[in-house]
Amino acid sequence: MKHYKGLVRRAVAAVGVAAALAVPTLGSAADDTIKIGYIDPLSGPFANVGDAGLKHFKYLAERINADGGILGKDVEIIGYDNKSSAQESLQILREAADEGVQYITQGNGSHVGGALVDGVEKHNRRNPDNRMVFLNYAAVDPALTGEKCSFWHFRFDANSAMKLQAITDYMAEQDDIKKVFLINMDYSHGQAISRIAKEMLKEKRPDIEIVGDVLHPVGKVKDFSPYISQIQSSGADTVISGNWGNDLSLLVKAGAQGGLDVDWYTYYAGGLGTPTALGKAGAEHVKMLTEWQENLVEEYEAPELREILEEFEQRYEGIEFYYLRIKTQMDMLQQAMEKAGSTDPLAVARALEGMTMETPFGTVTMREQDHQLLQPLFISTFSEDYPKYDSEGSGLGWVMNAKLDAASTAVDSVCEMKRPSS
Amino acid sequence: MLESIVFSVLNGLLYGMLLFMLASGLTLIFGMMGVLNFAHASFYMLGAYCAYTISSYTNFWVALILAPLFVGFLGALTERFGLRNVHKHGHVAELLLTFGLVYVIDELVVLIWGQIPVNYAIPPSLDFTLFTLFGTSFPAYRAFILFVAVAMFVAIYLLLVRTRVGMIIRAALSHPEMVGALGHDVPRIFTLVFAFGTGLAGLAGVMAGNYYITEPGMAFSMGPIVFVVVVFGGLGSLGGALAASLIIGLVTTFAVSLNYSVADLLAAVGLGLDGENIAGGLAHIDLSRIGQMLPYLMMVLILIFRPRGLMGARES
Amino acid sequence: MSHSQSSRTALLWHIGVWALFALVIVVLPYIFTSSSSISMMSQMGVFIIFALSYNMLLGQAGMLSFGHAVYFGLGGFFTLHAIRAVNDEVWQFPLELMPLIGGAGGLAFGILFGSISTRRAGVTFAMITLGIGSMVESSANMFTDFFGGESGISGNRVTDVTLFGFSYGPSIQVYYLIGAWTVIAAVAMYLLTKTPLGRISNAVRDNPERAQFVGYNTTIARFIQFSLSGFFAGIAGGLFAIMFEIMTAPNVGLVQSGAVLLMTFIGGVGLFFGPIIGAVLVTYMHTALSGFSEGWILYFGLMFVFMVMYAPGGIAGVIYAHAAPWRAGLFRRLLPGYLLALIPALLAIAGLVAVVEMGYQLSLAYDPSSPIELFYMQINATSVVSWLVALLVLAAGIGGVLGAARVVRARWAEVNRSMQAPGAKT
Repeated sequence: MKHYKGLVRRAVAAVGVAAALAVPTLGSAADDTIKIGYIDPLSGPFANVGDAGLKHFKYLAERINADGGILGKDVEIIGYDNKSSAQESLQILREAADEGVQYITQGNGSHVGGALVDGVEKHNRRNPDNRMVFLNYAAVDPALTGEKCSFWHFRFDANSAMKLQAITDYMAEQDDIKKVFLINMDYSHGQAISRIAKEMLKEKRPDIEIVGDVLHPVGKVKDFSPYISQIQSSGADTVISGNWGNDLSLLVKAGAQGGLDVDWYTYYAGGLGTPTALGKAGAEHVKMLTEWQENLVEEYEAPELREILEEFEQRYEGIEFYYLRIKTQMDMLQQAMEKAGSTDPLAVARALEGMTMETPFGTVTMREQDHQLLQPLFISTFSEDYPKYDSEGSGLGWVMNAKLDAASTAVDSVCEMKRPSS
Repeated sequence: MLESIVFSVLNGLLYGMLLFMLASGLTLIFGMMGVLNFAHASFYMLGAYCAYTISSYTNFWVALILAPLFVGFLGALTERFGLRNVHKHGHVAELLLTFGLVYVIDELVVLIWGQIPVNYAIPPSLDFTLFTLFGTSFPAYRAFILFVAVAMFVAIYLLLVRTRVGMIIRAALSHPEMVGALGHDVPRIFTLVFAFGTGLAGLAGVMAGNYYITEPGMAFSMGPIVFVVVVFGGLGSLGGALAASLIIGLVTTFAVSLNYSVADLLAAVGLGLDGENIAGGLAHIDLSRIGQMLPYLMMVLILIFRPRGLMGARES
Repeated sequence: MSHSQSSRTALLWHIGVWALFALVIVVLPYIFTSSSSISMMSQMGVFIIFALSYNMLLGQAGMLSFGHAVYFGLGGFFTLHAIRAVNDEVWQFPLELMPLIGGAGGLAFGILFGSISTRRAGVTFAMITLGIGSMVESSANMFTDFFGGESGISGNRVTDVTLFGFSYGPSIQVYYLIGAWTVIAAVAMYLLTKTPLGRISNAVRDNPERAQFVGYNTTIARFIQFSLSGFFAGIAGGLFAIMFEIMTAPNVGLVQSGAVLLMTFIGGVGLFFGPIIGAVLVTYMHTALSGFSEGWILYFGLMFVFMVMYAPGGIAGVIYAHAAPWRAGLFRRLLPGYLLALIPALLAIAGLVAVVEMGYQLSLAYDPSSPIELFYMQINATSVVSWLVALLVLAAGIGGVLGAARVVRARWAEVNRSMQAPGAKT
């Protein structure tokens, strides 16, 4: 999780305070690697999510390095624990800048994502000779590519508005949906879902009644059964939730224990403990919207992904290859660096703008206007009758229901990007 | 509405009894030794982790017995080699020592078991639905938690009031010199009491670890609220801890499930408030948001107006 | 402690010490130039003020608070809101004086909560502060306009409204701003200890009954001390807000309160300069140590427990205990014992570090079997041999220290006898 290099030097130096004060200056090592700072929770209630993400990055970096790296340089992933805190993340941002990190990546929590977009903007303005690029692999608050958009920020996950557009399009065709309950985490991400879902449902299915709209504290609720009984008594037949990490697995676990009989529309039910928590109770009831799930390799020609999927699962017991978008992000970064012929943040950011790339599921595009990636999305159902791969050994797997083309997922953005002149 | 009230009561009772399992040990230790054990929730976490490890080799029932014993043993070591040494510096030093232990124990847990939550699951023999009410099922494990908590309360009560050991313990607290003069080893009694209290915390951890989630942050999320319970109920009072646990369990649960804002309630009785002015803004805050703050507010208020707590015998 | 027979030389000596303190702050950035050093030293300044303000309670008035971050954090929030208002051109206020807004906020809430909590002393007081701390932290969820919810509140310190024509964008300028405030606040707090209020606080700490009997109102003394301490904590919070440009709910919470307690105690509560040592050391450990070891909190916790047990006067207390033998010229006699203890102590620390680091490698690392570099060696955490060796070193070290401790104790007894001053050791 951290770099042990230089440990001895620092340990020795720590003996004398005076000498020790100088130590951090020794930290910036040679520029022989491309350093990517991974800033996500590695402790606390969302540690499992952050840890899984870090393993994805390290694994994919290892694959790139095995193929000769980027422009002859190795990619190095440095994990930083931000404890899910926006403030801690900004502190890390400075630390990372000092250590020669020019690319940072983060995903868990739009409140952190928002702080980092702001922090990177300020940093780049104040330190024009030491700029950074922020690659966002999972913070989905639409504002990050909307009113808060920044030239230095690129998002590789569909934003919440895009996801809800896809989900509500699908829901509009399901006639048996009558009453919908919204339960989300109480921060920008959950608030956005609650707001946008209500708007979109009203427009597409005015007959659907919203019987509940709850925001709960982030990462603090240990027992969701009061919320479950609230859903129960509201008479809802469908629940929409953008919860993630423990907040999702505890929620669905409480739902399963309480015998709650509803359909779940989720963003993140596909991995990181949630399938285990769902178990049989979730069969045919839980749907998710993602850019990928394991069984897609059965429907599409994707030998490389099949290899990654199997190798990753073998290597990390209990963690499955979940984030295709991390691979997309690393591949696009590699292509952008090769196109720019350099690892300079400004050149790479310019190369990334408007870039397209082919994937086994279709073309993906980094939209120039707001730096939002447009990629194909899939709606899948958790089922006992799955094609090949089950999820986390639960005996259930994901079955694809619908594919949404990259173009159809696009939602207009209010972003007016300010681009640096030099 | 009725089903929501019934389930809120059940959930509140359950949460309250879990709190009580944790708080009883803390209040006993304080009542007997005058030590406020800051690290109590850390021992609770140790109980959950030990139960996880033991049950992965054997089964839950073995863990249910061994884990609290082991945690109690660690508690005894803490008292013997830590607290006893600083006892001469007074209660503040003891408080500070247990405060430091929080950091040490919490980190040791990360060191041994990692930062990722461990898969400590409810035993299959208790993993079924006990009964279904209004379409919501009530899992058997919850009933088991309630059963263990009640049994624990009865056992502690009988132990203290009805047995000779209990009498000596109670005497050692109020008149240590006298008990010592009668030939009892007072320091050893203190060690036993501390071990017993931490063992109870360990038991709470065994029960709650699989019901909630076993992760390194579980001590921190539980610690302050247990303090609230103990202070609210009256430091050293077992009955007070029980009453306070149930009150706080019910209050927080109801605040969540009755998801109305004050403005909704006022509107229901015909008083409209607009959200523009400050009073209106305050009234529009959801009850569920206030719910998190209520226990602390209750604690501060009781400390101001009745510092010995609901049923406490004396003031700190 | 210090001798206030206000002779001219003593006064000059005091002024000299503070001038030296200021000089060190001015010179440091020329020695440690990297931006992370600047950032760390800025944090040290903030925490020096915060820890000194905490010691106004714990050290000077004997009040153990578990909620001091409330005044620090609220001060920070007030400052940041004031800065945002300048950003939005609602009003004009120079950035240099912004910490005063934080101080005013800290003072206001110090008065409010102090009027409630200082009516009680001892453990009840500690519990009330804990309750207030948790209450304020969890109320952050209710008042999202003020606390900003999960994302917190952020602002831009470059406001163009300044007194001295600096922009305060570059962190070195912020460092000097913090440095200036550190000197001002530290001198102010030092002078406060010399006022009647400071003396009464000491009396209330040492013997409340007697203080009351003599005619002092102990509650009012505690209340004033508490409110002023809130003021200085608010200044520290304001500087923190300027430095980080973001405040989040945990800044008012228990973790932050615990941190300042740790700092102050490790530095030493008995002497005015103790918390300064603590703030510098703990901030250094936090920034430098956390970079190379997952276990820094563990080392930290162990150190704290060790100090509670064996050095309740903190680092400053240890230094002060040696002052008398040093002046008496008897320090040499203590030296052999210390030298004897040094080698086993280093061994014990090395063994402990090895055990802890290997443990973390096993439980947290991406690839546990990859060797870790420790003490110029490649150590493999998955091998049984390295564990055995580490444990052996640890055990040998502890044994040696216990043996040497006997010698040290004997020497101390001897020195104390020679000085015929049994009260010299704090």
